Amino acid sequence: MMSLVENHAAILVVILPLIAAPLAMLFGNRNVAFLLSLAASAGSFLLSIYLLMLVKDGAVLAYHIGGWAPPLGIEYRVDAANALVLLIVAAISLAVLPYARTSIEKEIAEKNHTLFYACFLLCFTGLMGVTITGDAFNVFVFLEISSLSTYVLVALGAEKDRRALSAAYDYLVLGTIGATFFVIGLGLIYMATGTLNMVDLSERLASMEGNRTVRSAFAFIIIGMGLKLAIYPLHRWLPGAYTYAPSAVSAFLAATATKVAIYVVIRFMFSVFSIKFGFEQDTLKYIFFPFAVIAVFAASFIAVFQINVKRMLAYSSVAQIGYMLLGIALFSATGLSATLVHLFNHAVTKGALFLAIGAIIYQIGSPLMANMSGLGKKMPWTCAAIVVGGLSLIGVPGTVGFVSKWVLLMAALEAGLWPVSLMIVLSSLIAVVYVWKLVEILYLEPLPKDSQAREAPLSLLVPTWCLILATLWFGFAADFTVHVSDIAAQSLFDGKFGQDAIIMGTEGRS
Amino acid sequence: MTPENLILTALALPLAACIACLIFAKQPNLRDGLTLLVSIALLGTVISILQQFQSGQVIEASWWNFNPGVAIAFKIEPLGLIFALVASSLWIATHIYGVGYMRGNNEKKHARFFACFAFAIFATMGIAFSANLLTLFLFYELLTISTYPLVAHKETPEAKAGGRTYLGILMSTSIVFLLTAIVWTYVITGTMDFTPGGILTGKTEAGFLAILLALFAFGIGKAALMPFHRWLPAAMVAPTPVSALLHAVAVVKAGVFSMLKIGVYIFGIDNLAATGASQWLMWLAAFSILAASLIAMQQDNLKRRLAYSTVSQLSYITLGVALASSMGAIGGGLHIVTHAFGKITLFMCAGAIYVATHKTEISQMRGLGKAMPFTFIAFGIGALSIIGLPPLGGSWSKWLLMVGAADAGQQVMIGVLMLSSALNVAYLLPIFARGFFDGSIKSDGDDGDDGGGDGGGDGGKSFRENLKEAPILCVLPPCLTAAGCLVLFFYAGKIEEFLAPIIMGGS
Repeated sequence: MMSLVENHAAILVVILPLIAAPLAMLFGNRNVAFLLSLAASAGSFLLSIYLLMLVKDGAVLAYHIGGWAPPLGIEYRVDAANALVLLIVAAISLAVLPYARTSIEKEIAEKNHTLFYACFLLCFTGLMGVTITGDAFNVFVFLEISSLSTYVLVALGAEKDRRALSAAYDYLVLGTIGATFFVIGLGLIYMATGTLNMVDLSERLASMEGNRTVRSAFAFIIIGMGLKLAIYPLHRWLPGAYTYAPSAVSAFLAATATKVAIYVVIRFMFSVFSIKFGFEQDTLKYIFFPFAVIAVFAASFIAVFQINVKRMLAYSSVAQIGYMLLGIALFSATGLSATLVHLFNHAVTKGALFLAIGAIIYQIGSPLMANMSGLGKKMPWTCAAIVVGGLSLIGVPGTVGFVSKWVLLMAALEAGLWPVSLMIVLSSLIAVVYVWKLVEILYLEPLPKDSQAREAPLSLLVPTWCLILATLWFGFAADFTVHVSDIAAQSLFDGKFGQDAIIMGTEGRS
Repeated sequence: MTPENLILTALALPLAACIACLIFAKQPNLRDGLTLLVSIALLGTVISILQQFQSGQVIEASWWNFNPGVAIAFKIEPLGLIFALVASSLWIATHIYGVGYMRGNNEKKHARFFACFAFAIFATMGIAFSANLLTLFLFYELLTISTYPLVAHKETPEAKAGGRTYLGILMSTSIVFLLTAIVWTYVITGTMDFTPGGILTGKTEAGFLAILLALFAFGIGKAALMPFHRWLPAAMVAPTPVSALLHAVAVVKAGVFSMLKIGVYIFGIDNLAATGASQWLMWLAAFSILAASLIAMQQDNLKRRLAYSTVSQLSYITLGVALASSMGAIGGGLHIVTHAFGKITLFMCAGAIYVATHKTEISQMRGLGKAMPFTFIAFGIGALSIIGLPPLGGSWSKWLLMVGAADAGQQVMIGVLMLSSALNVAYLLPIFARGFFDGSIKSDGDDGDDGGGDGGGDGGKSFRENLKEAPILCVLPPCLTAAGCLVLFFYAGKIEEFLAPIIMGGS
């Protein structure tokens, strides 16, 4: 049994939630649905840890689905980069689910709870699948699974605030455009090469650098994913979706969806197209750099003026995505490592913050700052979580945010780009402003006389604090995350993804 | 105890006090008593670290690996040990004073206040014992954050504005300049450890070294080097115990201590002297010393005057680093101690005057000395120590700094130090003199603002009859620290001897 699980770990992380989703609908009981979701998440989480342990020192694993050898069959491939992303998605899912059980009570009608769990599981499946697959078309399939379920999840916020519907619709339109661009790109490279397996693609594309079809395919894929990951001018769907979705959904999306999209961009740039492809003529540098910098400054600046806390955090996410792009644009192993480590760190931080804000909304029923004055006294644990999360956004040492900033600064200075390092530190000052605006309101404004607020229930506090403790733990003992990201970045640069992988599941197959 | 456990204890004790303050928030006597015990235990721990260190033992500890090759690590060296001794011994005095002040003044939210206070001491200990730049930066930022609630304690609009200035300047400088400087140092040298003789020697050319020094000097906003000094007067909205311990001792000294430590262990004094990279800093420090003194003279608010005096005095220590001579660095180290005792006395006296009379402006303090002799005599002793007159501790550190300036061949700086002493006389002694010699107390219009100030119960009497010393808890501590100024005069030689090894091991 154990060896069966171990041999098929790569597929199980995707299959578990995929099977649990229809089962949840079939049983139709929200408690059963919850337990199924929790079990599937926990299973995927443990298996992701197992996979990460196998690859954390640079190994590459391959799994052939159904025993069909690639490039004909679909192949799953795990290296340090996607094992890290798998762990992020599964861990956040496991933290958010127990929280969601309580938080949706006030946000979603009871009859829709099983629907919620099913969609959540599908979204989870999609994100895991996108991350683990080694087949380019398979990426598209899983991307659509996750996107379609996300539209539903966002729209479920409509029972509380009707604006969720238009937010979901915005997301649907822009997300579909992105997916279409992506699939057009795939079509073009399929036309040029006749294959869809990533490793196979990279071998064939290596000799096609001047090919116009391939170049336009590259552009389509990057822009299509750019919409999904909310690169600055393509970010319009994000604030609305994060603001009006149910709290648990906001937390899950903010912590995972954009991270997975960034992973896909990295994978295509480094492992499918040859590394030089995007950067050889410096074109991508000139596209990514300015937009990353604009994202960091403009989005942070917009965040300062938000009166809705969830929207403020959403704009802060757009800014943080800018940092991740900046790491890629530096085009060095350290820069890429900064991006990867920030994927993890930002997921933990933003997840925790959205959960904490969700707990406040659960208690006072409003996401507006004006209604949160003086809550520090009434909800000490929730507000303390917001302070720690906020400090991590700023990048105060002792939190994960600092680790990201540290590595990113190192990458910028190693490249001799001190103006970039100056921009990185200056932009985090804007984060001080919007975080402190909230902190002042929570702690220094007087509490309204008729305030009924009480501390959030434990079912909301425990998941929040699990992520907060992770924020602190990985802020101090950062060598694990930094080590994994370093290894992952290095092997992406060396093109190790396509080299001899350990084939999983051969002996367990009947 | 093993050396590692000693460091752990020194860090854990104030943290435990912080938690205890939150747990026993509703039992003031238990809470404040426990904290007092912890503060005494902390001093004991630091003293036993001192004993072990003097017996020649290497005391170090490291816990978390931050990056491959970089850990959160602590190591005892003379400079940090002196700083820890000053902070932990003055914590006891300030805690007693703080209890008297907070209760005598009917301030609110005592538990939060004392908890943050203890946490600030925890951060101070971390800074003192840090073994590398990363650890220093970690605790430096923790100190900023934990003192913010203390500055904004009163929650009035002025307190909030002061808090914003405080946090804004300290955070911006540390994030923009200090962090960049630290990462840059790491990229250049591949290490962040404090190493006797410095780690930058020969790694870069002089011009770049000067830029890096500028990033450090302005990045350490807590050293209040002009033009980044504004946070210090802004922090004066805090209750006086905060101004006393944190903004005369822990926070500002953490700044100049970091400056000194970075100058000595990262740049290396010999390296600075050889490259001349610190020349500009010397002139800026000199400007800061004189300009802040001149501004102090114009302040009528006592705490603001003391704040500007602190800005000026901190630049003495920066000057000590910038002189790039061994005597300068040791003089700077000694000045950390002597100024701490002098300035905390002045602040505690200012607070005692406020508790007793609710007066904050110097012009209102005519003749108060007759009614509050202990407070004013302590104030006088503190002032004389700051000015640098024997037989008080401050005279030695100033002397050493002057020797350092002479060694470095900077005669102008000797002149600056002398001029600054004259300015100190001009802005500190009149307060003392007014208290005793300048006319009598005006009672007209005073009845309004002394209501409830001195114990209550005798509201019918006139202001003059009501006037007496502040509660004992507010008067005793400044008298003790004033006595400390005297004692320091005789022990300065020992401290100097103790600090001497910091500049050894260079080229």
